[in-house]
Amino acid sequence: MKKTIITVVGNDTVGIIAKVCTYLAENQVNILDISQTIVQGYFNMMMVADTSASDKEIATLSKELAALGDEIGVVIHCQHEDIFNVMHRI
Amino acid sequence: MINMFEVNETNKMIEQENLDVRTITLGISLLDCIDSDLDKVNEKIYNKITTYARDLVETGEKISAQYGIPIVNKRISVTPIGLIGGAACKTTEDFVTIAKTLDRAAKKVGVNFIGGYTALVSKGMTPAEELLIRSIPQALASTERVCSSVNVGSTKTGINMDAVKLMGEIVLETAQATRNQDSLGCAKLVVFCNAPDDNPFMAGAFHGVTEADAIINVGVSGPGVVKTALEKVRGEDFETLCEMIKRTAFKVTRVGQLVAREASKMLGVPFGIVDLSLAPTPAIGDSVAEILEEIGLERAGAPGTTAALALLNDQVKKGGVMASTAVGGLSGAFIPVSEDQGMIDAVTAGALTIEKLEAMTCVCSVGLDMIAVPGDTKASTISGIIADEAAIGMVNQKTTAVRLIPVIGKGVGETVEFGGLLGYAPIMPVNNFSCEAFVARGGRIPAPIHSFKN
Repeated sequence: MKKTIITVVGNDTVGIIAKVCTYLAENQVNILDISQTIVQGYFNMMMVADTSASDKEIATLSKELAALGDEIGVVIHCQHEDIFNVMHRI
Repeated sequence: MINMFEVNETNKMIEQENLDVRTITLGISLLDCIDSDLDKVNEKIYNKITTYARDLVETGEKISAQYGIPIVNKRISVTPIGLIGGAACKTTEDFVTIAKTLDRAAKKVGVNFIGGYTALVSKGMTPAEELLIRSIPQALASTERVCSSVNVGSTKTGINMDAVKLMGEIVLETAQATRNQDSLGCAKLVVFCNAPDDNPFMAGAFHGVTEADAIINVGVSGPGVVKTALEKVRGEDFETLCEMIKRTAFKVTRVGQLVAREASKMLGVPFGIVDLSLAPTPAIGDSVAEILEEIGLERAGAPGTTAALALLNDQVKKGGVMASTAVGGLSGAFIPVSEDQGMIDAVTAGALTIEKLEAMTCVCSVGLDMIAVPGDTKASTISGIIADEAAIGMVNQKTTAVRLIPVIGKGVGETVEFGGLLGYAPIMPVNNFSCEAFVARGGRIPAPIHSFKN
């Protein structure tokens, strides 16, 4: 299974999770885990998702999510989990 | 499972601290392009490069998007043209046609530099190699993306002083030939001692004859990441400092290894090496000089600089070596002047001179790099500087290089602007006492005694 890490960072506002999750559902991306905190009004979310059922490649999902983030006013990254694994796990 | 802290740390390195993969360099052997007919050589070279590197840029961009890590440059290195053109080229103009072919191929596949307009003459020059060297000024003036290098010495062979003498003249001629661009041609010309076969970084990259048909070499960077990490250990002892550099270098190199592996898989080309270099750019916060300042110096060039650089270079290697299956190239800390804002500031403030830079090259990864000098510097003086640098490399069994830019029409106190990754530089004074009689001797400086290890 190809795991993808999606991070959302920015000012807290109504409907961030809803909009991100709607996009993911429309693109057959399955969410495996979500953790989210708000520190001093700053929204910080990390999702672990499975993109293997999606028709779109990570690169495309990543671009579209970044554009969605621009709309909501947050920064969204969508990255293959391996970049974190290699850096933080031996 | 990866946690949010780790994810944020990685993304902060990328977004705020300029972590990037500096280059994916595809090495291509041109040995099978040799022919006695010049037109055929050019045709074969063009076809091979444009076939092998067809998907290089697209692949780089794909990997970049998939992992969210910038891959700044996609480049190509080829077998030294001094060998490839030998059978067909009878004049310097013949060699220039090959340079133009390389330039055309680079533009076709969309890479920003192609390296390998090179001659390896550490012991002696063949007539073809001498022709190639003499064609360098014209080649660099009539192409945009071609990079050239000449290896004039090694620990095993000694220093070819005939080539050193010639290169002093060639550097100056290249400066003249590109004088309307502030002598930019010299920024694409490196004179080496102990040149490695698998260096992915320009301008000195070439695909050594010991290499396979094609190979992927990746250069990682991240001075900003190291600098930020060191802010956390201000005032602590050297052991703590070294541990921090090692750990950071490990993380940075692991990213390079991941990108190299992925590129190798996607292009169907074997993985060569990861070059774990701290390569600065003119961007703020992407500077090796700032790391030296963070270690405890007011400015790069202050007493203590050589020691600080020595420990930095060593710890980068120690951290990086475990992170990759194969490291190579130049690996260490680069200290180019024009490409590093902290170095530029140090020169402007009067803290850093060419002589101090020379001392620093004894312990850094390469050599005197991207240093602008007055345009009226004598060819023999440039040869003398090259000889000094080559001697450091030869005796210390390390790679050293010289990339000096005598800026025609400009003198000390003026500034030269190269643009982009090449940056800008204040013109530095050189010691003008003559070494003409030394350079004019001709012949070879023998290899040092400790090169006889058999």
